[in-house]
This record gives sequence, structure tokens and C-alpha cells, in this order.
Amino acid sequence: MKFKGRIWKFGDHIDTDAIIPARYLTTSDPQALAAHCMEDADPEFPKKVRKGDIIVAGVNFGCGSSREHAPIAIKAAGVSCVVARSFARIFYRNAFNMGLPIFESPELRDRIAEGEEIEIDGDAGTIRIPGDPAVLKIQPIPPFMQELLDDGGLMAHIKKRLKAKG
Amino acid sequence: MGMTITEKILAAHSGQREVRPGMLINAKIDIALGNDITAPIAISEFRKAGGGKVFDPDRVVLVPDHFTPNKDIDAARQCAQIREFAREQKLRHYYEGGEIGIEHALLPEQGVVVPGDLVIGADSHTCTYGALGAFATGVGSTDLAAAMMTGQSWFKVPESIKVIFRGSLRRWVSGKDLILNLIGRIGVDGALYRALEFTGETVRALGMADRLTIANMVIEAGAKNGIFAPDEITLEYIRGRAEREIRIYRSDSDAAYCDEIEIDAGGIEPQVAFPHLPSNVRGISEVGEIRIDQVLIGSCTNGRIEDLRTAAGILKGRKAAHGLRLIIVPATPLIYRQAMEEGLLRTFLEANAVISPPSCGACLGGHLGVLAEGERAVSTTNRNFVGRMGHTGSEVYLAGPAVAAASAVSGRIAGPEELRRKE
Repeated sequence: MKFKGRIWKFGDHIDTDAIIPARYLTTSDPQALAAHCMEDADPEFPKKVRKGDIIVAGVNFGCGSSREHAPIAIKAAGVSCVVARSFARIFYRNAFNMGLPIFESPELRDRIAEGEEIEIDGDAGTIRIPGDPAVLKIQPIPPFMQELLDDGGLMAHIKKRLKAKG
Repeated sequence: MGMTITEKILAAHSGQREVRPGMLINAKIDIALGNDITAPIAISEFRKAGGGKVFDPDRVVLVPDHFTPNKDIDAARQCAQIREFAREQKLRHYYEGGEIGIEHALLPEQGVVVPGDLVIGADSHTCTYGALGAFATGVGSTDLAAAMMTGQSWFKVPESIKVIFRGSLRRWVSGKDLILNLIGRIGVDGALYRALEFTGETVRALGMADRLTIANMVIEAGAKNGIFAPDEITLEYIRGRAEREIRIYRSDSDAAYCDEIEIDAGGIEPQVAFPHLPSNVRGISEVGEIRIDQVLIGSCTNGRIEDLRTAAGILKGRKAAHGLRLIIVPATPLIYRQAMEEGLLRTFLEANAVISPPSCGACLGGHLGVLAEGERAVSTTNRNFVGRMGHTGSEVYLAGPAVAAASAVSGRIAGPEELRRKE
């Protein structure tokens, strides 16, 4: 899993109301949700974001509501992955369950500026910033979570397991 | 070494004699819950994966409580999806019209969730049921879909933090003030991925309404679950309600905790969480002069009959300040009826309150009480994030029902003592 993209920076405790406000939860259509992605944190984000961009945030990203609309909106907006210092647990679970790659890095956010490009090698567990000689380590993805990602999310994983059982 | 109550419930549901923090387990689900916002995605994932029948039609619970009464055509369509699924699957616990209550008030009240249960809900405040001595945690829609298919879900066994409240509470201090105080101390990620286990003499003296309020907000500290060991008060509450057999678990005396937090509850005054985080907490005496436009008393946090009684006790013979909108949301039809029979609704009407049907609408800025730019609200709900109850330029101050009612009368954030001194 390799990602290269321009980054958008956000702060600590970005909650799911900021990622996708409740007023838009009368639909679960990914494109309709993407049109309002991160709107209450940065109203211009849905217009600025391009395919392959990466969200970089501080601690406790995705706290608050359990709405899966949040990772759905981020993925449908074209964001390839999210790197945060830490994730709130329901968001963390949801991201793996529906196949949005996320990574934990304690340092990245402080070393880069908005709009810079980074390269993430999920398999090697590294992040590189062009022009910065340092290679940042990302927290390894736990084996079970990796299995979910490899299978294409929780439902695909369960189907595979049920099939194996016969 | 012994186990905590959380570990015991997880062990029992995963067929193991013992589990330890960090272990990944597959556990049997007693109740899987969804609402009108989260269930549509779960139903669509369930169908896409070829799900035929749900694992048990008595254990899949759907409560359309967020955008009901249907707020617009799109919301009505989402509710219709749930209705159709509930009928097709012959779900025992599906609610319609005047049966609908706010899910986390409704399920304990109706005895759908019982002590010893393992509950997942596609709603973050599912953690409320920990008050009954159940393991209950919020998940997303895909987890709900998987649980509806298999009757199981995966969990990482959390470490537990023991929270000990000591001392007796001052007047007007309730469960809401205790949990706000705790979140103020440890922060909105202070219990991330962990279980918060509540104990101490203060907790043992608390009624179920206060315990439910405390467990409801553990997610606001990032916790996976909050939990209280069942005692006489729990058993008294559950008597006549429980629709299944209950199982009582208690932590062993040599169970391991990753942290222990001791709080002198007798030193806590009524608390207010300032915008825009539930951890931004101050005592009522430190609030200062803050004018407000709206007061909301209700929600899965504080919409129970005890909360309405507290509010009515303060509002009786008084009126909401001129120009202020006071909205009361009884959390379930039964609470609504009780409030009517006890004369609380008359008190609210005489105070110029709007009495809303049971709904989550206003709490999440959906409908039935949305804030405009620049407006401020005192709310007995659980979140005060940017834009939570409306415009991103509005502000939410979280408090218990006593402060909310006194603030409604004052037109600014105020405690009940201040109200009495002034009159």
C-alpha cells in the first residue's frame, strides 16, 4: 500500500460533526456526502480537495458520533488516506471496516506545511517528506486490521470466512 | 489474577474462561441496535453481502429516533427503508410513531437490555447501557451489518480505568455534573480505547437515572465502554422490566486496572462545559455573564423522568426569560405520559416551554430546535462541538437539568441557588 499526495492539515479532536455535519445525514450516498466533507472544519475543503490528497491531523481524529458517513465522505471526496496522531476508536474501527486506509504518526503533523506532498509506504511503515531527510515511522497496522484491509473490509472478510466454513 | 466486570462479560460471550486487555476476541452479541441514520447503511451492506435472515429477530433492534417525526422527504425515505426491513425480518423491537423513544432511554426502560448483556449499537451513545452492568459500545453501520448476519462481533479487550467517587453530593449536583467533572479532568481522549468502571460510595447511592447519564457520556472521554456493577438499585430498576434472564458480574478484588482516579464528589458544584468540547468544564460559580437564546432539556443524557422532575421543580411558578426558547424533550412515550400524570407538562407549558416529541433531532442540529449563527444554548445533551446544534457560529453549553432550568428563567447561564437568592 503506497500513497503519494498533497496534504491538508487539521487540528486535534476533529469530530465527526466537523467531518460530515448531521444536517446532511438524510442520505448515505457517498457523492452527496463528499460534497460536504470536512465542511464545518474548513468550508472550502470540498472544493479544494483533489483525488489522491491526504488528510493529516492531530490527536483523537474522528471523535464523537459513530456515523460511518464520516469515513464514507472522506473516501468519496477522493482522499486516499488519513494520517493522525491518534484516532477515536469508533472512527478507527469504521475506517478499517469500510476500507479507508488510516495511519498513526506522532510527528508528521508538526513537520509539514499545508499543501506539501508526502509519500507513505504502508508496507514498510514509513513516511517521507520530499526535501526532508528524515524517514518517519508509522505505527504498524495490527495483523487483524491488515487482514480486514486485504480482504476489502469487514463484510468481504466475513463472507470469506463463512465460505471457508462451508 | 482476577478479572474486571468488563473482562468477565467479554470472556463469557466469547466462550473463554479468561480474557486479558489487548486480546482480540470474537464475541456473541445479545442486542444489536441501529437508528434511522445508521441502519440504512447497515441494511444496504447486509443485503449486498447476501444476508438473508438476521441472526435473531428478537435481538436486532431498530429505533428511528433521530430525524423523526420525519423532518423532510429524505429522512422519511430513510425511515421507510428501516420500516420495510423490520417488517420483512419480523423484528420484535421496531418502533413506530407514538412508540418511538430516544433509543438509549427506551431500551433500558423497556427491559430490552439487561445486566450481563453484550450490546453493540450503531450509535456512539450505546455505552449508556453500562449503567445496568452490561458491556455496551458504539460501532459503525458495517459492524451492525456484520452482527445482524452473524450474531457476533470482534473486540479488542480494553484496559480498565477505575473511577472512584467519594463523598455525598451537594444540592443540585447530579450524575451529569460528575461525568462532566471527570471529562474535564481527563480530557476528551483521556479514556481512549479503555473501559471506565465507576465505583465508590457516591456511585452506590446514585439512582439509575444518574448512572445512565454518567455511562452515556463516557464516549465523550473516548472510552470504549463505561460500566457499573449491578447492585440492589439496579435489581430494583430491572424488576418487572427485564425481558430476558439477567447475569450479574462484578470485578474481582484483585482485578487489574491501568489507572485509578479518585474524585471527591462532595467538592463538586454544578458543572458547565463551554464550547466547543465536553472537556471544557467550569464550575457554575466560575461561569460569568453569558446570555443565552435557547435551553434544551432532554436527550439520551438527561431526558428521563428524574431530569424532568428536577427541571419542573425549578420552573414551577416561574417563566422562561422573555425572548428565550425553552424546549423540553421527554425521552420516551412512557416518560411523556408520566410527566403528564405528575403535572410536569403543565408546569412546562406555564413556563412557556415548547414540549417536543421524543426525538434526537435538536441535540444533533437536525430539526426541532436548530441554532442560528451567533446564538447560544444551554443544553442537557452530551456534545458541544462546533456546529453540533446548528450553525458553526452558534455555541452550546452543556449542563445538568437544574442549571438548564435556572438558566432558562434567568436568560443567562445560572445555577438554581442564584435564582433563589435573587427572588
